[in-house]
Amino acid sequence: MSSQDNSPEEHLPSEQGAHGGAVARKDDPFADPGLPPHLPRIQDIDERAARRSERTVAFLFVLSMLATVAFIASYVAFPIDKIVYVFPFGHVSILNFALGITLGLALFCIGAGAVHWARTLMSDREVPDDRHAIEAPPEVRAKVMQDFADGAAESGFGRRKLIRNTMFGAMALVPLSGVMLLRDLGPLPEKKLRSTMWAKGKQLINMNTNQPLRPEDVAVGSLTFAMPEGLKEENADFQEQIAKAALMIVRIQPDEIKNKRELDWSHQGIVAFSKICTHVGCPISLYEQQTHHVLCPCHQSTFDLSDGAKVIFGPAGHALPQLRIGVNGQGNLEALGDFDEPVGPAFWERG
Amino acid sequence: MSTAEENPRAAAGERIADWADGRLGIYSLAKANMRKIFPDHWSFMLGEVSLYSFIIIILTGVYLTLFFHPSMNEVVYHGSYVPLQGIRMSEAFNSTVNISFDVRGGLLVRQIHHWAALIFLAAMFVHMMRVFFTGAFRKPREVNWLFGFLLFVLGMFTGFTGYSLPDDLLSGTGVRFMEGAILSVPIVGTYLSMFLYGGEFPGGDFVSRFYSIHILLLPGIMLGLVAAHLILVFYHKHTQFAGPGRTEKNVVGMPLLPIYIAKAGGFFFLVFGLIAMVAAIATINPIWAIGPYRPDQVSTGAQPDWYMGFSEGLIRVMPGWEINFAGHTLVLGVFIPLVVFPLVLAVIAIYPFLEAWVTGDRREHHIADRPRNAPTRTAFGAAWISWYFVLLVGGGNDIFATHFHLSINSITWFVRVSFFVVPVLVFLATKRVCMGLQRRDAEKVLHGRESGLIKRLPHGEFVEVHTPLEQGDLHRLTAHEQYAPLAVGETTDENGVERRLGRGEKLRAKLSKGYYGEGNQIPKPTAEEYEEITSGHGHH
Amino acid sequence: MKKLSARRRHPLAAVVVLLLALAATGGLYAAFAPADKAQADTAAQSLNIDEGKKLYDVGCASCHGTGGQGSSDGPSLVGVGSAAVDFQVSTGRMPAKQPGPQIEKKANTYSNKEISQLAAYVASLGAGPGIPSSQEYDPAGSDVAKGGELFRTNCTQCHNFSGEGGALTNGKFAPDLEGVSAKHIYEAMQTGPQNMPSFPDTTMPSAQKKQIIAYIKTVNASQSESPGGLSLGGLGPVSEGLFAWIFGLGALIAVAVWIAAHTAKAKKS
Repeated sequence: MSSQDNSPEEHLPSEQGAHGGAVARKDDPFADPGLPPHLPRIQDIDERAARRSERTVAFLFVLSMLATVAFIASYVAFPIDKIVYVFPFGHVSILNFALGITLGLALFCIGAGAVHWARTLMSDREVPDDRHAIEAPPEVRAKVMQDFADGAAESGFGRRKLIRNTMFGAMALVPLSGVMLLRDLGPLPEKKLRSTMWAKGKQLINMNTNQPLRPEDVAVGSLTFAMPEGLKEENADFQEQIAKAALMIVRIQPDEIKNKRELDWSHQGIVAFSKICTHVGCPISLYEQQTHHVLCPCHQSTFDLSDGAKVIFGPAGHALPQLRIGVNGQGNLEALGDFDEPVGPAFWERG
Repeated sequence: MSTAEENPRAAAGERIADWADGRLGIYSLAKANMRKIFPDHWSFMLGEVSLYSFIIIILTGVYLTLFFHPSMNEVVYHGSYVPLQGIRMSEAFNSTVNISFDVRGGLLVRQIHHWAALIFLAAMFVHMMRVFFTGAFRKPREVNWLFGFLLFVLGMFTGFTGYSLPDDLLSGTGVRFMEGAILSVPIVGTYLSMFLYGGEFPGGDFVSRFYSIHILLLPGIMLGLVAAHLILVFYHKHTQFAGPGRTEKNVVGMPLLPIYIAKAGGFFFLVFGLIAMVAAIATINPIWAIGPYRPDQVSTGAQPDWYMGFSEGLIRVMPGWEINFAGHTLVLGVFIPLVVFPLVLAVIAIYPFLEAWVTGDRREHHIADRPRNAPTRTAFGAAWISWYFVLLVGGGNDIFATHFHLSINSITWFVRVSFFVVPVLVFLATKRVCMGLQRRDAEKVLHGRESGLIKRLPHGEFVEVHTPLEQGDLHRLTAHEQYAPLAVGETTDENGVERRLGRGEKLRAKLSKGYYGEGNQIPKPTAEEYEEITSGHGHH
Repeated sequence: MKKLSARRRHPLAAVVVLLLALAATGGLYAAFAPADKAQADTAAQSLNIDEGKKLYDVGCASCHGTGGQGSSDGPSLVGVGSAAVDFQVSTGRMPAKQPGPQIEKKANTYSNKEISQLAAYVASLGAGPGIPSSQEYDPAGSDVAKGGELFRTNCTQCHNFSGEGGALTNGKFAPDLEGVSAKHIYEAMQTGPQNMPSFPDTTMPSAQKKQIIAYIKTVNASQSESPGGLSLGGLGPVSEGLFAWIFGLGALIAVAVWIAAHTAKAKKS
């Protein structure tokens, strides 16, 4: 800050004297009386009290030893799966409880003993220690500056510009190798986030039963979760696929559906929406069957499933994508294509 | 240094010390530090709580690495916890459940590690606030303030990466949120996400990547910073509160050897012991009950650990703004909170530099302020804390809704408004309280302490007897410095030419007036006032 | 009293007064806070009619319509089945006391006999799920782990990972499942009371409901094991954070105060 020159320092309080008293007046009523005299503790004057303290400290250290023995005994004695009711903590693992309490006690007693020792038996005389300015005195500063100037001049750094500039160039470029090495941390995004496993003709598989869903299975007011046919928990890419393809199936009386496209894409009021929140990707599924609102448990974005799943509250920026469904020859629900927009959180290329 | 040879009959300990000094020069180090003086005050020990919990975290963390498998390979659980039998999960989750149920003492160490982490962050927060409110960040300690701040921020991220390692349903939800937040970054968001997760979320890489960040990269940096932080504490010597015999030029307290070796060393054991007991009686992060992560499952009440709670609050209360243009999406509803998140922290981090600029004070300060004697700073700090806590409430809005029978929507709206209003109110209220306290101090100095004894004077008047303060208290209550507001000076010079005042200077003068101008601090009693009152009509 | 007035001006007096005031406020609140028990519906209780229709006309028809066809105050009961009646009435949710974001459970004022009469009447209005038999809902022998997986897929999003409940929109909430009987859990899944969606047998077979009940009874009962100690409400990081601050850091600060405090002097100066 360049305030030094144009702002005089007279608004600063006057410098205080070396011993805290203000230097302005000799008879200052607020003058620092100096350190108060040291007063003895009971332990300092009464040897019996000191003995008591000594015994207390020793007792704490012995208690710590006993606690450590108890720790070892607990480790050996209690089976790891034994559950015991301990008031008021509940039905707890007795091993965890015993180990924790004994270890805690063993450590705490060492600390308590040491502190009690320090507080009652070691000297409690407060002593002052002088401070010294952190910054160097001017002669040291001048010496350092001179040394640096000498060193810099000897290197020719300022004079031989070519060396200096090429060195800067080399130093600036070399970290690029490190950046390049990070390239294979992962693949490029390409269009990966734009599509899911859903495709025309893929049946909707009930996540509970692993069976295809039939329209008559889905009652009004019910909530069912579905995944695309062919996706198995055992698949290597199950997690990545389900992270985009998870589906939430509800049935709404067709006359209660306010959005025409939603109705068109439904099957007799059975609508399939992405279960992945468009905010930051939580599996959203807190469905209220009377209001048809669905709430995200993570950040409370609320969507109206009877109105194209548009956002009615919270931080989500756009509606949940709907999957167009129909019924195939066997009478099972099937997808009539992939989602027509990327599912999950929005991103720059989403458009 | 050939003392040992000269004195062959020295005690064994002495000879070892001589040996070491001949190689390491330990005597000059010990000369400066062995009897180093530390002042006694409970609030000066909050940093120690942080340091000790950090050490406990490292000790228990090393133990956990002996059993934890940082891998996302899928396995089927066959351990001893029945409600998970036959469930598919990652090796990371599987090994964490094994630590909890099949390694004797493993659960205890896990719980100590996690509790210590929560307490570490909480202690750093309180320590930072102690430094803030007592003005202990002033010259020469600004750099150490920044070191401490960096430790807090790094601690947050170390905590977050550790919390994510077990790959459970709760932390997985947090990691998913992180993906969404990264995706919201304009232009490079999708690339960053693909690189971090090794492909599409969740991929098979993030646990092992977070693992090396959690156990090596961040703690390594933190260890370095802790060392630097402590060296500076020793070098600067501790601040102290004003009092008889305590000046800017000295530090009054008790020596490191033996008092602080015993007190601080003992405190380590006390901290460790207490955290072990907390871990014995209270569950933390019961991942076996939460279940393994699957991107299509979620539990309500999905929160991060407390230190990330304010970012959760930011993201929860933000309106869902999204702008689509030219085939691109700007996800403001996520990106704005992502930008505000570091700003919330930066505001408090840069405050010391703002204050130094306003006061223009370049002297060293070793006497800690009483918060009331720096009303604007104290009000600012209180406002910041209230801001932080408003966001914490936002982050826990669903829990508050169910436990106080409120509507989650109302809480969200309350937080949206409070985000802007509460800090202002708290600022004004705190400033008034500080001034009230200053006034009371001034009164105490001038009139003594009200004793509660009522005396009836011969003519019937009742007066309350005031006990005059002792000299030490008189000094203590008047030892603080008071700045005068910065004078801008004449805006025209002697020749009548307008003096150019930079915009910065004008702002600085305005701020200075807000800090120290009339009505913004109570002038402390002067010796004249005191004498007039004490000599005039006695004390009552 | 003289002593008291002498100490009135003690520097700590304000603190003591504040603590006393806080304690008094808390005590008064505890004494006067509305008890969580609903008033008995005296109208329904005083009547001793043992026929469902008559019970219905008195207790239900005002909202659900005289023939169960529903009205603006209550949904149609045609086809809800006897399971819904058993759940709603025996948990005390129906008859509702007053409209609100959500009708909460309260003391049930009907006898078992009356409930079965009411259920029979409502079931006669249209076919719906019947009251389950104990073979249907008794979770004994069910696969708990499978139940856990189903619970996490279908239930935790509202009821939390250990069934502690959670918030819904505008003041509604998913209730805590502790102490809810197996039969009522089964009926709730079957019928979807209020805003809870239903999980009919067609999409979640009876055996799976039993597995879910088995899981709930394992993780969320008064006898549930909590190996690590206090479960802190099973709420996750919010209660853990509060505990760490209040008891963890609180205890450590108390210890710090002890360490830094001056040891008592032999005589007062």
